[in-house]
Amino acid sequence: MIASLKRKKRDLAAIDGRHFSLDGAMTVLSFILLLVIVVVPIFMIVYNAFFDQGKFSLDLICEQLSKKDNLISMWNTIKIAVLVTILGTIMGVFYAWLLGRSDIPCKGLMRALFNIPYMFPPFLGAMAWDLLLNGRSGYLNKWFVDVFNLSSAPFNINSIGGIVFVELSYYFPFVFMQVVSAFERMDPKLEECARIAGARQGTVIRKITLPLVTPAISAGALLILISSLAHFGVPSILGFSQGIYTLPTKIYAVISRSGGSFEGIRQGAALSIMLVVVVAAALIIQKKVLSSGSYDIIKGKSMRPTLIKLRGARIPLFVLAVLTLVLIVIVPLAMIFLVGLVKAYGLPLIPENFTLANYTKVFASSGTFNSISNSLFVSIAAGIICMFLGTLIAYVVQKIKPRGKGVLEVLSVLPYSIPGTVLAIGVILAWSGKLGVNLYNTIWIILIAYLARYLSFSMKTSSAALLQVHPSLEEAARTCGASHTESLKDVTLPLIRPAMVSGFFLIFLPAMREVTTSVLLYGPYTRTLGVQIYSLRDAGMMPQAAALGSVAIVMIIVCNTIVTAITKDRKGV
Amino acid sequence: MASVKFDNISFRYGDNYILKNFSLTVEESQILCLVGPSGCGKTTLVRCLLGLSKPETGSIYVGETCVFSAEKHINIPAERRKIGIVFQDYAVWPHMTVKENVCYPMKKRHMAKADIEKRAMHALAQVNMTEYANHLPSQLSGGQQQRVAIARALVSSDGLIVMDEPITNLDAKLREQMLLEIREIQRNIGTTILYITHDQQSALQLCDKMAIMEQNGSLCQLGNDEDIILRPANRFTFEFIGVSNFIPMLFENGQCYLDFEGKKQIWTDTLPDMDKTKKMEVGVRPNDIVFDDDSPIRGKVHRSVFLGSEYDYFIDINGKELRVQQNTLDAVCLGVAKEGSEVGIKFLNPHYYEAKEA
Amino acid sequence: MDAQVVLKNVTKRFTTKTLGDIVAVDNFNLEVYEGECFSFLGPSGCGKSTTLRMIAGFEDLTEGEIHLCGNPVSVKNKNLYVPPEERGLGMVFQAFAVWPHMTVFENVAFPLRIQKLNRADVEKRVKEALRHTSLQGLEDVYPSDLSGGQQQRIALARAIVTNPKVMLLDEPLSNLDPKLRESMRFELKELQRKFNFTIIFVTHDQSEAMALSDRMMVCDMGRIMQIDTPENLYNKPINRFVHSFLGESTFLNVVIKDGKVYAKGDMENPLDLDIPANAEEEMILATRPNAIELTGNKGYKTFIKKRIFLTDRTEYLVQIGDQTMKVQTPHRVTFAQGESCCVNFIDPMWYPVEDKAAEEERRRRQLV
Repeated sequence: MIASLKRKKRDLAAIDGRHFSLDGAMTVLSFILLLVIVVVPIFMIVYNAFFDQGKFSLDLICEQLSKKDNLISMWNTIKIAVLVTILGTIMGVFYAWLLGRSDIPCKGLMRALFNIPYMFPPFLGAMAWDLLLNGRSGYLNKWFVDVFNLSSAPFNINSIGGIVFVELSYYFPFVFMQVVSAFERMDPKLEECARIAGARQGTVIRKITLPLVTPAISAGALLILISSLAHFGVPSILGFSQGIYTLPTKIYAVISRSGGSFEGIRQGAALSIMLVVVVAAALIIQKKVLSSGSYDIIKGKSMRPTLIKLRGARIPLFVLAVLTLVLIVIVPLAMIFLVGLVKAYGLPLIPENFTLANYTKVFASSGTFNSISNSLFVSIAAGIICMFLGTLIAYVVQKIKPRGKGVLEVLSVLPYSIPGTVLAIGVILAWSGKLGVNLYNTIWIILIAYLARYLSFSMKTSSAALLQVHPSLEEAARTCGASHTESLKDVTLPLIRPAMVSGFFLIFLPAMREVTTSVLLYGPYTRTLGVQIYSLRDAGMMPQAAALGSVAIVMIIVCNTIVTAITKDRKGV
Repeated sequence: MASVKFDNISFRYGDNYILKNFSLTVEESQILCLVGPSGCGKTTLVRCLLGLSKPETGSIYVGETCVFSAEKHINIPAERRKIGIVFQDYAVWPHMTVKENVCYPMKKRHMAKADIEKRAMHALAQVNMTEYANHLPSQLSGGQQQRVAIARALVSSDGLIVMDEPITNLDAKLREQMLLEIREIQRNIGTTILYITHDQQSALQLCDKMAIMEQNGSLCQLGNDEDIILRPANRFTFEFIGVSNFIPMLFENGQCYLDFEGKKQIWTDTLPDMDKTKKMEVGVRPNDIVFDDDSPIRGKVHRSVFLGSEYDYFIDINGKELRVQQNTLDAVCLGVAKEGSEVGIKFLNPHYYEAKEA
Repeated sequence: MDAQVVLKNVTKRFTTKTLGDIVAVDNFNLEVYEGECFSFLGPSGCGKSTTLRMIAGFEDLTEGEIHLCGNPVSVKNKNLYVPPEERGLGMVFQAFAVWPHMTVFENVAFPLRIQKLNRADVEKRVKEALRHTSLQGLEDVYPSDLSGGQQQRIALARAIVTNPKVMLLDEPLSNLDPKLRESMRFELKELQRKFNFTIIFVTHDQSEAMALSDRMMVCDMGRIMQIDTPENLYNKPINRFVHSFLGESTFLNVVIKDGKVYAKGDMENPLDLDIPANAEEEMILATRPNAIELTGNKGYKTFIKKRIFLTDRTEYLVQIGDQTMKVQTPHRVTFAQGESCCVNFIDPMWYPVEDKAAEEERRRRQLV
């Protein structure tokens, strides 16, 4: 009797849409988790940068700002990012147009190949180019010197130009992908109308086509800008030897020089504030640009655009595209594999010098296995936890819509805009004993950083999927006799499962190759794969680093193949 | 089979009443079409019946069972009301096969396995979907998905199915066909159907009874198709159900006039009983206005458009525009009224209504 | 009247993977006169849109020639082809196709800017075009902030601003809601009256075509069926396809014997009709549901099988022989379901029994 009365009461609440038992708990949980994962580290950076022994002080910031080399690295950061953005945009738009709107041959294959750089970690590319074009001992440089009898190496990859070149080859796909899909979804009638109005083909491209894809171009360009500002891998590999620093690498250098002392970390925190200011400026521009230029030209469905005949330029442009692909995709990958086979760095790359010793050495060392298992562990753990956490938050935001859902949304997306280096410092400050929990030098601190860094990925995919689940699907289940919990379990969850799985892989893949945050967080036994390659190379063991690098490449290719296979046959929502 | 009784239902968002003291009874084994313009509260009423929204006052009975009562604090949750529902967007679960979709409600009610199988196949047979039992909804067309939804509603109800705009998302030809099928299924199993739509035409084709709701959420007329078409109870129904002309009436010295923007025309038709102190209007359908050169009511043809089966005219009488339709056959026999020419017109079959308040 | 658009033996063939060669447009010969509103009407795949795109210059011809305002623009055997931008046409599409990155003013000014007109002229002519399409005051608004009807008006303004002689309209009203569609029809007519351009208009909506056009072409499966005024097409369709495509039709299979007409299935009571001139033994009688008289005592005796109220008329199904025919009357004519009644056909059309080959071809094409 009492039980039934109780049940009736709960049901009444359920009808009002206040499913207190479940929805309330979910909401509260989301807030608490985001507080711990996101708010605390960010707060700690700000606190430590501006407060000295509990007192507000700008001394630290001023001190850092007054150092000349800090300002130089800030300038470098901006210079590199702007150059990469401009060149990457030009390159991305050019190739997008070539592959999207012209009659160049082998389009499908080339499009797939142009997306490849997106898969691989840029720091491996930087390593490869360093091996090829290093000012003193790069293979290609030596070849040039020998063949053309030059007195000095013609190229020096360890320069701002070199950094820009390598970053460019990894970041231009951002623009390329955006613009290609915009070209594809543009209504060809918009261009036909301009022809009817009297405009020639060339005028149509200038006045109609390009302006119409401008939003896509600027979205991609700003993505490049922000990624490049926060980028660590390439400048750290190419810049350290010549003393070229960017803000992220400077932060790393300050901390590693101080041996992880608190003073070093505080300096790092102050530098982080500088980096955040730069990135925030870029984010503000992004927000402005994106909101001003949102046309609804781009229809959802694919159109069949009229292709422009290249005529005589068709073959030369095809060759150009193939050469670009060789240069940015094949050369670096091949280089990593070849150097991984060579007996000692510097020996010519001929079969007599090849050996498998590097691989045996790499696999024989416990460090390798440790790093691989560490990486697998944190990546899988981060993937799974984020998958559920992201879905939880997405559900709260999309379906329960409590007061403060905007805050939830912002908090879960915020860490993605924060450079990895900065996030790492926040995590160190928060979880190395100052708040009573000491996770420093354990794998858990890396995991926490990954959670914050990648949460937005799964949150975004789950949100998109939940938006697709029309409320009537759940309501139909309710009227068919399912309680609120049951309808969640039987209808909503199965429907967003494919999105959750792809959310997992969206996190797992980049986490496997991550180096920016883990390089600041690793301890003696908690190296990740990226860190292990990085430190092998740091220790001068080039062939071994390359061997491990090629292992990483193979792993990435295998994982990607699996992901494509899985996501291909998922059920449509 | 179950009847439905809404008694004194009120529902509001803030101060905005969607429904106010709304009462309506759906008789057993009938198709009742609830028709009204969009935003009149018909969907809200259905959500109250299903248990997805909670009214402020009143009670709802399904058969003998009280599923909601504000005074008695009864509110049976949605999952235990046993009402079948067919939504406009099908709401067929895309991750389950057709059969799993149909079996789900019975599983949730813990029926015996063998029974589930039997009833599911029976329901699928009713909607001619047996051969698609193992298909996924994504492999089906819109019409087929809607049939699955109907089958699911059949097994999840105790003789009451609610359909909320079930054919709106289908194309015209399929709509016609689905209406026939719904009618057929209802005839076979005798379930009660509450059918919600904004489309008068489909309601007329389907209904045993039609309930017309006004924009403000009140019930305007309840009757069968003949009542609604031949005897519209008030101005709203008359206007809602088809294209209409309204001409204000004047009563002076015991004489009745039609008022065309100030120009008075004497009106000699025998009038039904009416309150002559109120503002009254004559309502006429466009195809109930015919050309008659002897008629004293004269106007100018403002526009003449050929539409195939009829000519569509706008006749201007002293600034008052009337819409007139003439059967093409008559037009061919009697001649087409040219734009700009003067014509005399006669009203057949006039209706008299109280004027709309300004 | 001068012929402003002339098509001579225009043919267009495609090769598709599934069906092999398809003749999309089969030997079209057609003249559209100055100031005329001419519509291409037909089910999808009948070749109407392809023809329009050939006139615009977006599609090549396989054979034949097209002349605009007396000048050849596409002549296949002389390899003559004038690109769309030099044909001096106006065009409006179903999907509006207004440029979202330009304001209303810029959209309409674009064709003039291409012509390098000076500023004052551009301003003046755009203002005028906007006035005629009731878009004044919206000059600086972006199209995405406007409704569908307004966007279509921008497209119209952009098309008329250059004062083209010929305007091509590709289902321009299909994306609008019914009420708006009706009022836009009148606006289009008004514009035509003011600017005196020739309209070629593609649609699959027959009532729209009838309301707008002076003449129309009904085509099916790449062939021209009939070209005539809307009234003639509706009242004297030359074959069964045109009859059923324009307006509602109702058909009756009849047997003609001894100078009398019998409905199939009832050889006892003849219908009260004169036999047609080209009488065959079996024929199809075609008429319109509202061209059948329903009375109490005069004509073929039968009963009401079913009554359905439509919003603007009543529809009856009546039994005639072994067939059912559809009859529509105003609401004021009332028969109850099952009541006996008499039907009378007024001026029906007669067609030979169905052409199986054409049906087969249609089914084949629908698979494309």
